[in-house]
Amino acid sequence: MEAFGLLLHGFAVLMTWKILLLMMVGLVLGIFVGVLPGLGGPNGVAILLPLTFAMDPTSAIVMLSCIYWGALFGGAITSILFNIPGEAWSVATTFDGYPMAQQGKAAEALTAAFTSSFIGSLVAVLLITFLSPTISSFALKFGPPEFFAVYLLTFCSFVGLGREAKHKTVISMALGLLIAGVGMDTVSGTLRMTFGSTDLLRGINFLVAVIGLFGISEILLTMEERLALRGHAAKISLRVVLSVWKDLPKYWATLLRSSFIGCWLGITPGGAIAASFMGYNLAKRFSKDPESFGKGRIEGVFAPETAAHASGTAALLPMLALGIPGSGTAAILLGGLMVWGLNPGPLLFVEHKDFVWGLIASMYLGNVVGLVLVLTTVPIFASILRVPFAAVAPMIVVSCAIGAYAIQNAMFDIWLMLGFGVAGYVFKKIGIPLAPFTLALVLGSRAEDAFRLAMIGSGGSVGIFWSNGLVGAITTLAITLLFWPVIDKVFTGIGQVLRPARAQIIGPVKVSRVPRQSSTE
Amino acid sequence: MKQMGKVLGGFVMGLAFAATSATAMAWEPTKPVEIVVAAGAGGASDQMARMMQAAIQKNNLMKQPMVVSLKGGASGAEALMYMKSSDGDPNKVLIAYSLIYMLPLSAKIPFNWRDLTPVAVVAMDQFVLWDNAGGPKTVKEFIAAAKAASSPLKMGGTGSKREDHVLTVFMEKKTGAKFSYLPYKSGGEAATQLVGNHTEANVNNPSENLEVWRAGQVRALCVFDKERISYTTKVTETQSWNDIPTCKEEGIDVQYLMLRAMFLPGKVTPEQQAFYVDLFQKVTQTPEYKDYMEKQALKPVFLKGPEMLKFLGEDDALNRSLMTEAGFVAN
Repeated sequence: MEAFGLLLHGFAVLMTWKILLLMMVGLVLGIFVGVLPGLGGPNGVAILLPLTFAMDPTSAIVMLSCIYWGALFGGAITSILFNIPGEAWSVATTFDGYPMAQQGKAAEALTAAFTSSFIGSLVAVLLITFLSPTISSFALKFGPPEFFAVYLLTFCSFVGLGREAKHKTVISMALGLLIAGVGMDTVSGTLRMTFGSTDLLRGINFLVAVIGLFGISEILLTMEERLALRGHAAKISLRVVLSVWKDLPKYWATLLRSSFIGCWLGITPGGAIAASFMGYNLAKRFSKDPESFGKGRIEGVFAPETAAHASGTAALLPMLALGIPGSGTAAILLGGLMVWGLNPGPLLFVEHKDFVWGLIASMYLGNVVGLVLVLTTVPIFASILRVPFAAVAPMIVVSCAIGAYAIQNAMFDIWLMLGFGVAGYVFKKIGIPLAPFTLALVLGSRAEDAFRLAMIGSGGSVGIFWSNGLVGAITTLAITLLFWPVIDKVFTGIGQVLRPARAQIIGPVKVSRVPRQSSTE
Repeated sequence: MKQMGKVLGGFVMGLAFAATSATAMAWEPTKPVEIVVAAGAGGASDQMARMMQAAIQKNNLMKQPMVVSLKGGASGAEALMYMKSSDGDPNKVLIAYSLIYMLPLSAKIPFNWRDLTPVAVVAMDQFVLWDNAGGPKTVKEFIAAAKAASSPLKMGGTGSKREDHVLTVFMEKKTGAKFSYLPYKSGGEAATQLVGNHTEANVNNPSENLEVWRAGQVRALCVFDKERISYTTKVTETQSWNDIPTCKEEGIDVQYLMLRAMFLPGKVTPEQQAFYVDLFQKVTQTPEYKDYMEKQALKPVFLKGPEMLKFLGEDDALNRSLMTEAGFVAN
């Protein structure tokens, strides 16, 4: 209950006109930044950081974190309307959000995205409020083997639970891992696959690839379909919003599951990206009708958005409590804290109560204000769809190019983006899923580093992945998910065998044949 | 020149200088100045760059704004190549550290700091041997534990074949103990991994371990310098930076200091160089800089001109010999 008192105190700190105004400004800026592909939360916060030097730390962090919330909300907008993820963690939102927009349900999709974002953040903030002291010690349990196990879990859940043909998922993932290897290898300190090129030194940036793979390739496909993407008159009203909200309780399991995954991955810096993918896949797995995912199912929007936001919010916890940023934006905020003379770390909660609880209170307020703000602006954003494709397409291409350039101020990245655009087009034509590729690209090098550090630590023994309860449980879960289709068949097999077996009592001999059959498919 | 007076007049506050050093026909930047960081967000270089950005802005040391540009790709090689390709551009300043010597050797990056224009050395950074608060209490116990361990103790650090790795190799050479070195992506990561007991020790810079030290989660065993750190204000409940013994006192004769220096791209004019020498000299007079030095336990120094060149030459030779001896030079 001490937390509750402190939180009320935090609200008292915030309730001034000046802070509320800064909050609105931050949110609007954040939404804009989130809408532009490439110019995501980290860039927005970095650009605006110097503006806050003159402010007191509390006002400054409130404004900056509101930019962050705004960007989290805004990232969903372009994913749904144009199939271009404004932020890396919005990739999974495109899977069902874009089909919904194509079916004329853009308003529902946007409402669903914003609402679930709000729910995800809220759960994470509640977690931060009441569990911050205990949670931060949980994050410390993560060494290289544990990190690797989490990444492995993400990869495996993709292969095991994905809808696409397994071999195609594996091909796509392997290509992603290959591309992720370009650049400096931290473990050996040498360069790989750069072929003497200075531009390849820094590796292939994930966002550049995503903008090309999703944005540019979508434009190419639409052009082939004779500019078929026509604006669907999206009727938005309070009724739409309310009807989406009325359906919410039906999806309580998905929302809860995604919030949990998000909080977990946010605290153990697995990141919002992994969380959104995992949230989506698990929602599909547990759905009664997995086939309808990817074709415009509203649950497919709820699941990744909730997870991404829970994780994006939870990522601030390790930053405040341990000084390790769980995301790129959190890293910039960390730099800001230091400029204001606040050192994130275990003592921040003790020495700067005003600041910490002001920030936590601003998470509640920022999210409520943000939700209202984005919902009231849904009609404006959805109306973009009514503009003819011929007019929108050049604007999208230009904004993609700006986004790709802005990430690292490199012209080379624009060419790279176009290259990935063509690759994405080819992938879509031959039916190779893009999601495993992007996932491998973003997590590949982290997974590799974690694996190699674990191996250095254990002297080469794989047993380290079962060396304690935590890592053992995650690794086992990962492998179970990888072979889930096989296991699933075994269980159904057992079920079928056992039913007649009640009369005849047939041993496990027959059962053991089932997996072999399924693996030869 | 009035530089003599400035060197002597370290006690004068930064603001006073703004008035005295303005010359009539001096060059000034006409565009925002980019301060290039060869490391990731939140790292020691980034923190320092942001401190300078704030110091310059708060004290009105420059008309144009300063922006921090993170080029930490490829362990910082991205920043080096970026500076190298910006010949003649006076609106980019690199905040450099020992990677300017080491990276070209270990990863064969086609870069030589002599291609850039040196501006000033603004600080020297320390290295401290840390272990977990639950681990051995002194250097001697630590080394004994390392020798007795059945599998080598795990030493965390930033990057491979760099400062931290070199120090680890030299500790092995001087003590005969064996360590397995775990290269993390940043000093912050190395710090939390030590707190979580995933490694037994690290050789982080003071700034990287400051907060976990204050929280009593790690112990400072010794500092890799000839003399103790000068700051005597209590940082933790019981200790100041000055209370940490030198490694030499404790029987490991290894010393290493790392430069923090500013460079402009090659082929800039002497007027442009002079502007930045003056600017960073003013920065070192600001309260923000002084605060930062003490908080992060950095050695405040200011070297420019021939003094700086002489230092860089010697430092380069030293780093080269260390890298060669450690076997980290790529063929």
